[in-house]
Amino acid sequence: MSSILVVIEQREARISRISWEALAAAQSLGAQLSLPVAAAIPGAQTESLAAELAGKALAKVVRVEHPLLSAYTPDGFTSALEQLVRAEQPGYVLFPHSYQVRDYAPALAARLGQVLIGDVTGIGDGPTFSRQLMQGRLNGAYRHSGAGPCFISVQSGAFHADAVQAGSAQIALFTPTIEAAQIRTRPGEPFRGSAQTVDLGSAQFIVSVGRGIKGAENLPVVEELAAALGAELAASRPICDNGWLPMERQVGSSGQTVSPKLYVAVGISGAIQHLVGIKGSQCVVAINKDPDAPIFEVADYGIVGDLFEVVPAITEAVKAAKQ
Amino acid sequence: MKIIVAIKQVPEREAPVRIDAGGKWIEEANIQWAMNESDAYALEEALQLKEKHSGEVVVLSAGPERAGTTIREALAKGADRAIHIACDDLGDRDALGVARLLAAAIKPENPDLLLTGLQSDDLGYGQTGVILAELLGLPHASLILHVEKTDAGLTVKRELEEGWFQNIELPIPAVLSMQSGGSKLRYATLMGIKRARTKEVRTLSAAELAAPVASSVRLERIALPQKQKSTQILSGTAKETAAALVEKLKFEARIL
Ligand SMILES: Cc1cc2nc3c(=O)[nH]c(=O)nc-3n(C[C@H](O)[C@H](O)[C@H](O)COP(=O)(O)OP(=O)(O)OC[C@H]3O[C@@H](n4cnc5c(N)ncnc54)[C@H](O)[C@@H]3O)c2cc1C
Ligand SMILES: Nc1ncnc2c1ncn2[C@@H]1O[C@H](COP(=O)(O)O)[C@@H](O)[C@H]1O
Repeated sequence: MSSILVVIEQREARISRISWEALAAAQSLGAQLSLPVAAAIPGAQTESLAAELAGKALAKVVRVEHPLLSAYTPDGFTSALEQLVRAEQPGYVLFPHSYQVRDYAPALAARLGQVLIGDVTGIGDGPTFSRQLMQGRLNGAYRHSGAGPCFISVQSGAFHADAVQAGSAQIALFTPTIEAAQIRTRPGEPFRGSAQTVDLGSAQFIVSVGRGIKGAENLPVVEELAAALGAELAASRPICDNGWLPMERQVGSSGQTVSPKLYVAVGISGAIQHLVGIKGSQCVVAINKDPDAPIFEVADYGIVGDLFEVVPAITEAVKAAKQ
Repeated sequence: MKIIVAIKQVPEREAPVRIDAGGKWIEEANIQWAMNESDAYALEEALQLKEKHSGEVVVLSAGPERAGTTIREALAKGADRAIHIACDDLGDRDALGVARLLAAAIKPENPDLLLTGLQSDDLGYGQTGVILAELLGLPHASLILHVEKTDAGLTVKRELEEGWFQNIELPIPAVLSMQSGGSKLRYATLMGIKRARTKEVRTLSAAELAAPVASSVRLERIALPQKQKSTQILSGTAKETAAALVEKLKFEARIL
């Protein structure tokens, strides 16, 4: 009988939030297909995390344990999980779509002659798996066919961690065979980028600027709005990539997570990697000349228009209102 | 060092997305095409490595004839030569299928380093580099911002989530998926554009590479995204919408 295997990721010796979301997705897929769900936790010391997982509605929890899995390497993880998947023969393998998973899951799938359906945001009948295309401007529905497991990674925030069903599961130990010589990369300790001098995380008002601004010379347009609102200035990734604003002002999956009362997105398209950083915002205002820009899907108020006309007008209106 | 850079031609960022009659892809007739953004950063890193350590930069792209313009752009920026896999059925291949095609062209070249972009701006699989490493039996690292050549191989700077980084050491030959933003992109000079015309572009057909089209994952249909929140669109002149917005923020959202 087929089953669903969800691969759990640890971060700083804890189960990452997005792993709980992947578990919720696995349970929902399991309910849809009437399949049992098992969780695998790879690492060097997985006992306590496995115990935590055992309190969930799972057929079993597998500790994939080996000293060479203490630090993540693509070679170690690909080999360990290949062995596990060959032994368990699940019909579906789900992962959280984290930076770690995107670094090895495509190779794992390829080793088994399969293709990962990555960054999944929803599961439909069939099952079909939806994911974004064209930087969020389109949704695509994907279907797996043929023999062999279907590999899925789920996008952060697409499923709810608190939907994970409680229960009780048995814990099994799986010891993969890994030789030190198989591991070809040597990972260093994580380090922080430049010192953080702005705390966007606690800002109440944020004006955030994207590639619609065209060039650094146009930044005063948004700086003036930020000043009028008493807001911090933030940006999408390309603005920081181009060096127009320092990286510490970047919002999104590889930047800061913010939760202001007001987030004004100016000339930002609304790619998923940006949106995950602004989920906690109370009110989102989007200004974009493209009526189909995905940012409008998450905005409370939208203005379709040229930011070079709209933003100065808002700045004036805010100033007038504050007098 | 011999470096291959895999470059994909993708719809230009602000190209209109209209779903075609088949419902599986967009109308391509009137759109402009561009070099995938992270591939431009991969090319830049390759050119800088060549400037420091000498060697050769080879561009590899699979796509229909129009991909030739993006290949010329890469040559104009300084790549030495190119391989164009002429392929009109990219859309029928899944990520593994495209990677098999690329791998078949890469193997006989035996590069010291293969760079890909992190993610294509159209399909956004973010997988091709990692799969290529698997198919070629090479070590890899992804989300790379910077590459340093060492006596033993490479030290690369990898981006982690939320503003963290990590250095990774690995031997060569290796495959790296390059993230954007690691360095400043150069522009093609007039001289570069002129020179590009005389550089070698070898065309290979997908058929002669004998990579199977069979795919295990299929894109069944595409659709415009659904709105998650009920967005109020404010319309009028700039001045009117600005006034309406401030009203709303003051009296409806109560945050001003
Ligand atoms: C692993 C990974 C991590 C990433 N991390 C992040 C991250 O942390 N943060 C982040 O932001 N991105 C991140 N990205 C990049 C992300 O995918 C998008 O590429 C990026 O967010 C796009 O930025 P943008 O919206 O400013 O640019 P674009 O997508 O180019 O959008 C520009 C927008 O401006 C509009 N516009 C143009 N001119 C005007 C005008 N005159 N008036 C009004 N509107 C106008 C256009 O209609 C368009 O919608 C990441 C990507 C990857 C692969
Ligand atoms: N058709 C192609 N030709 C050349 N390179 C490609 C092609 N498709 C993908 N790539 C490379 O693989 C990277 C990741 O693509 P993807 O896995 O589709 O997100 C791209 O940034 C390119 O470097």
